[in-house]
Amino acid sequence: MATLRWLAALPFLGILIGTAFVNQVEPLVLGMPFVLAWIVGWVVVGAAAMAIIYAFDPANAAAGDEADGERR
Amino acid sequence: MNAALAIIALATLGALALGLAARRGVRMTLEQWTVAGRGFGGLLVFLLTAGEIYTTFTFLGGSGWAYGRGAPTFYILAYGSLAYFMSYWLLPPIWRYAKRERLLSQPHFFAHKYESPWLGVLVAAVGVVALAPYLVLQFQGLGIIVSVASYGAISPTLAIWIGAATVTIYVMISGMHGVAWNAAVKDALILAVVVFLGVYLPLHYYGGFGAMFRAIDVAKPGFLAFKPTGQSVLWFQSTVLLTALGFFMWPHAFSAVLTSKREQSFRRNAALLPLYQLILLFAFFCGFAAIAQVPGLSGAQADQALLRLSIQTFDPWFVGVIGAAGVMTALVPGSIILISAATLLANDVLRPLRPELPDAAVGAAARALVPLIALLAIYFAIEGGQTLVALLLMGYAFVTQLFPALLYSLLPRNPMTKFGAAAGIVVGVAVVAFVTETKIGFAEMLPFLPARVGDVNVGFAALILNVVAAALVSLATRPAAIAAASLSSR
Repeated sequence: MATLRWLAALPFLGILIGTAFVNQVEPLVLGMPFVLAWIVGWVVVGAAAMAIIYAFDPANAAAGDEADGERR
Repeated sequence: MNAALAIIALATLGALALGLAARRGVRMTLEQWTVAGRGFGGLLVFLLTAGEIYTTFTFLGGSGWAYGRGAPTFYILAYGSLAYFMSYWLLPPIWRYAKRERLLSQPHFFAHKYESPWLGVLVAAVGVVALAPYLVLQFQGLGIIVSVASYGAISPTLAIWIGAATVTIYVMISGMHGVAWNAAVKDALILAVVVFLGVYLPLHYYGGFGAMFRAIDVAKPGFLAFKPTGQSVLWFQSTVLLTALGFFMWPHAFSAVLTSKREQSFRRNAALLPLYQLILLFAFFCGFAAIAQVPGLSGAQADQALLRLSIQTFDPWFVGVIGAAGVMTALVPGSIILISAATLLANDVLRPLRPELPDAAVGAAARALVPLIALLAIYFAIEGGQTLVALLLMGYAFVTQLFPALLYSLLPRNPMTKFGAAAGIVVGVAVVAFVTETKIGFAEMLPFLPARVGDVNVGFAALILNVVAAALVSLATRPAAIAAASLSSR
């Protein structure tokens, strides 16, 4: 879990630092200017990273049982 | 009355009815009114914390900036996502502490953490100051939507009055309960409308996204990338970081967090909300599509781009549907902001000053403040003049000044003292106010730095001074330092 947590740093690096190196229109990606597609790409990667972190975080497993209990 | 206006009027009445119906079966204490008794489940918390995404700011402001500025509008997509990634670790400890101490608001949180009621009053004051431009923005957006979508039949001024009255009535009666279901309706409506427009308009006018962006790139070279100076990559980086840190510092965002029943809602939303955020792309596409089709909107008029293009493209009844969606994006956040500002003033400024007041009196005061705050915002909205994005960035620059003190308060052993926290907040806010008022950029203030530094977002620079002040004052007022000073003076 502790190592997985570093996945969350990826979108920050990509968006805050990486954008400086891809400030260009061409090539268009999915019809979008490259710099826009770059930002969108990191949002998607970041969401995937958070989903992985969520799945492996023991805090959520325990809490999930509790939620099931409420439903019953 | 034309078809568009009839549909917009119907939607407004519907929102009012839904807001009033939500009151049924609830005994309206202050806790119910402002955080709905902390009883909302995952879906409503999702919608309330997502409320920021689909306000009139993104609907009109995001498309307006795409139309008027080009690439800089991309920042809107970036900052919310980064904020949601951070929320995975930021929100659960805040929620746990607030629940344990039965806290109702953000100033309450600061006052408890730093054991200083006065710090709470200061935080409340900053919150109200930051909320003001945000509320003005919603009302201003409301004015634009109704006046443009009614084909000029209703003036922006009248539209602002009607919209503000609607919000005021249902907020006073139903509080947070009234907002919740309208938030659900709003998100469904705006989602459908924005996605449809963002796909249809580029295809209809240009034959595709790529063709549209190529045409813009030919007509306005450099428009679709960050500029070498001004709104450069450095501006983007500093603005995204500033606004991402400030995202959850809004008093109403804090309240939205407190409405949750469980803490894992936040962790799940940290993965879901960034994807939800991508719908913003379609608002950008609308603005870009408008560039060649409705040219000549300058300054604050750029916020009308999406609506002007819609009028040119569609029948009045469909313009009415778009207008109705737009009205909801202003009414829902507008009412959340109103609840927050009123609660701040009653619960976090009035109560510490008059501790003997009973709960019922504070609750009554909060509701009585709603129309006063609305009136103030109506005044500024009618004055107008600034683009919606400029208004929001000003609010963000203020509210982000609370972030350092909040972050430190979550540490197991907080090195920041209450005096340090107060000093940092005061310095940060003062810098933002000074720069906003005098319009002096950093290039003029610090001429010895390289010219590029002038692109850094002013609020971000204020944040750095804030941290420096907080550190210095905390060092001077540490319990150990005070003990040493009193020993040596003996």
